Amino acid sequence: METEVRMGSVYAPSEDVVAREIEGEIIIVPLVAGIGDMEDELFTLNETGKNIWGRLDGKKTLNAVVAELAGEYGAPATEIAKDVSGFVSELLKRRMLVAVSG
Amino acid sequence: MTESAYVEKLRADKVSLWKQTRPLISRLDIELTERCNNNCAHCYINLPADDKAAQARELTTKDIQNVLLEVSSLGAMSVRFTGGEPLLRDDFEALYLFARRLGLKVLLFTNATLITPHMADLLARVPPLEKIEVTVYGMARESYDAVSRKAGSFEAAWRGIRLLLDRQIPFIVKGALLPPNKDEMEQFEEWATTTPWMDKPPSYSMLFDLRTRRDSEAKNRHVRSIRPSPEQVLGILTRRPEAYLKSTKEFCSKFMSPPGGLLFSCGSGHGGACLDAYGKLQPCMLLRHPDTVYDLKTGSLKDALTRFFPALREMKATNPDYLARCARCFLKGLCEQCPAKSWTEHGTLDTPVEYLCEVAHAQARYVGMLSESEHGWEVEDWRERLRRFSGKEKD
Repeated sequence: METEVRMGSVYAPSEDVVAREIEGEIIIVPLVAGIGDMEDELFTLNETGKNIWGRLDGKKTLNAVVAELAGEYGAPATEIAKDVSGFVSELLKRRMLVAVSG
Repeated sequence: MTESAYVEKLRADKVSLWKQTRPLISRLDIELTERCNNNCAHCYINLPADDKAAQARELTTKDIQNVLLEVSSLGAMSVRFTGGEPLLRDDFEALYLFARRLGLKVLLFTNATLITPHMADLLARVPPLEKIEVTVYGMARESYDAVSRKAGSFEAAWRGIRLLLDRQIPFIVKGALLPPNKDEMEQFEEWATTTPWMDKPPSYSMLFDLRTRRDSEAKNRHVRSIRPSPEQVLGILTRRPEAYLKSTKEFCSKFMSPPGGLLFSCGSGHGGACLDAYGKLQPCMLLRHPDTVYDLKTGSLKDALTRFFPALREMKATNPDYLARCARCFLKGLCEQCPAKSWTEHGTLDTPVEYLCEVAHAQARYVGMLSESEHGWEVEDWRERLRRFSGKEKD
């Protein structure tokens, strides 16, 4: 399984999970076995994760996502890149994201 | 994997996903078919597996997918697929995957006889996220087949159960206490403890419901004849006296009080609904009185949940006998009297069901809340009696 994060690559939600929005929160529901430790486990994202997840649309590179977030929040791109990279790395390990290109 | 800054694990059965509001519906129960490959005489709904007329009337795959789309859009997190035997439908796999791909958890009620290696592989690969509930009708071929009235069903059921066990697909088992298997309770419960996902003893159905379509007086006569007497029910419930008393005290402290004149004192139609095999939406699985069902083919789930069911919940009893007894009886929590039971037994919404009344009174007398000659609706000091029994004040 490819878990290395490339900032020039494009990522999208994996077909192994389904994302639902409940009261503004993103709930990630496993579709296939082995996503969670328990069979009935669901997941939610924190604010940072939520902001990144919504932009991983299978079209934008991570660099573009970083630029977009930096523009929106007025934060240094290097700081945002750390979060984007960390988030994508973790979700790749959890099989919740897949690389679309790169 | 360890916890992280970005992702938090949730156990949806332990924590409500809805914090500020409640969804219009949290779960929809769907009877995929009334047909069943077993032929249990105690069943309130079953039709023959090869009933072509019933099959022709059933909702299509597309119909059910549209309902699943709507229930998901309204915020529900799970659906129950039941029947009849839901695995009888040729499109079960398609419906199951459709529901799961919407992010819905699926609670499957089945007799397990139609769980093939292919189906077990599917359930292992795409888990339902809810424990499957398997009703076991006997621990031996003679008892099982005598209940199911289908030769070979014992082997089929246990083959299905073994497939679930082999693939580690979580399930729990339930029983139906009937004359052919009534002596197998200990054996059943002992085996149940060996299955990995049972965290309490299996539940049993025994106060069998009459036909909810009110379609066969002969079958209803049979059901009445196999029901245990109130004394027998009490004997079964109190097999473990300490556990029974503990749970009953807890339950009584929360749910006992006279229900008054409103027909619906349960949660039916509030945050949940049941869809029958033909497109009628019901507040609960048993209640098929024509005044209480909503035609989903000409309406919408949202309309039923926001307009039709709330109006139902305002309905008042008018039967003087009900108003004199059930409406004033504090044994409500021990009694299964409800509009659905009145419907199946009498074709009305508010007629007392004597059998249920007797079962409730037998329990109340056992725990000392009533004397032999008293009735629940005659007791003025019911709060004090509840407090003495449960050790807690009634809210």
